[in-house]
Amino acid sequence: MLNLLELLSFGPNGWGDEILQGALLTIELALVTLPVGIAIGLAVALAKDSSSRVLRAVGDLYTTVFRGLPELLTLFIVYYGGQMLLTRLAGALVEGAHIEVNQFVAGVVALGLVLGAFSSEVLLAAIRAVPKGQKEAAHALGLSGWRTFRLVTFPQLWRVALPGLSNNWMVLLKDTSLVSVIAITDLMRQTSIAVGVTKQPFFFYLVACLIYLVFSGLSSLVFTALENRASRGFKRVGGH
Amino acid sequence: MQTILAALADGFLWLMGLIGLNTDLMARYGLRFLDGVWVTLQLVGLSVFLGVLLAVPLALARVEGGKALSRAAWTYSYFFRGTPLLAQTFLVYYGAGQFREQLTDIGLWWFFRDAFNCAVFTFTLNTAAYQSEILRGGIQSLPAGQMEAAQALGLSRVLAYRKIILPQALAIGLRPLGNELVLMIKASAIASVITVYDLMGVTRLAFSRSYDMEVYLWAAVLYLLMVEIIRRVWNVLERRLNRHLAVSR
Repeated sequence: MLNLLELLSFGPNGWGDEILQGALLTIELALVTLPVGIAIGLAVALAKDSSSRVLRAVGDLYTTVFRGLPELLTLFIVYYGGQMLLTRLAGALVEGAHIEVNQFVAGVVALGLVLGAFSSEVLLAAIRAVPKGQKEAAHALGLSGWRTFRLVTFPQLWRVALPGLSNNWMVLLKDTSLVSVIAITDLMRQTSIAVGVTKQPFFFYLVACLIYLVFSGLSSLVFTALENRASRGFKRVGGH
Repeated sequence: MQTILAALADGFLWLMGLIGLNTDLMARYGLRFLDGVWVTLQLVGLSVFLGVLLAVPLALARVEGGKALSRAAWTYSYFFRGTPLLAQTFLVYYGAGQFREQLTDIGLWWFFRDAFNCAVFTFTLNTAAYQSEILRGGIQSLPAGQMEAAQALGLSRVLAYRKIILPQALAIGLRPLGNELVLMIKASAIASVITVYDLMGVTRLAFSRSYDMEVYLWAAVLYLLMVEIIRRVWNVLERRLNRHLAVSR
């Protein structure tokens, strides 16, 4: 048992620092993907809410595809497909050019596309939960479009969307582990490297699982605080 | 029979060529893709079925169990829902290799040496956690009067669960259970990482040999097809099974 704990020490003999680096990269990846995915989700939600039939169809198609494909498949398509597409484009400009797609960017794009599909559903429901009269009243008070969104629509939409978005975030956090398959040195990848050297798969993968659990535990604390703050002006049914 | 199948296959390839797909590649790998679909369906079907069997006692432990039992069931589902399926799969697949001697001693090594079995094992444990949460939600959303009425009629608790509580909890959980099935189809692609030749595994093999992006397109279409079929079937199923709950539409 002590030997196992020694394997987690920091420094040249232990894997503690490598795994910690991987864990930080996992967080970084999730945090960078979050705004990308939410932005896509917002755009798709607005498309699905629009009066144009074409835009609505595009939005629906987007969600059907990226909610239905395995995340691993989306990742491969973005990574290998992006590589081939960019190389072909570059080849058209410069003879024999070759482009390597950065794995981190491919990971952000793929996970962002998936998060966009899932969050668009949450955001659409939230947009529709804000009554039209709110916007009209703000307009009647002389607020500009942007201020109406910032001061009237958004705070109400945010409260409704938060529980769903918190769910999306938890799924995203777990999905980041998939990028280890395209050799990003995230928590999962570093753990696998440690396993390759030490031949202690059970111990190291268990440690990785516990780190993911800590991350989701911390996230739920943050989201509970955010939800409480977002609903401070709102009395729940039977609530306090 | 053989000639009819061959003619059908030729016709299909001709049609695919017509919309601009690579027919040589499809002739070489097409049947392997069908095998891959079959493996994926087996993987998901087995895991989800075995998952239900495990989810019912887990949900009951949460609702009816004493402090220790319900705490244990909670920990189980917290662990499996809070960690990535990829990590769980590695934990089982590579972890089992580490305990080879012990597993041989208790006569279980033959099971864990096969990647497919490890995938089914992990997916079962994982989906059981999600399904037990769905069932628990269903059970707890029922009014207490259901159980009280059953007991007033002289039904034992076990019988009340079997005849009154669980059927209603399942009806309430039907839609989320369908979502879980779809999620499992998607998640099963992870099995390809531990050398299972499911649809994703076959796709990766075909790509590594041909370097033709088209194979990923085929996989995408096949996955979307599976997911859409399940969604449609589930809609019909739900309308049929829950017709007594239907409000006027």
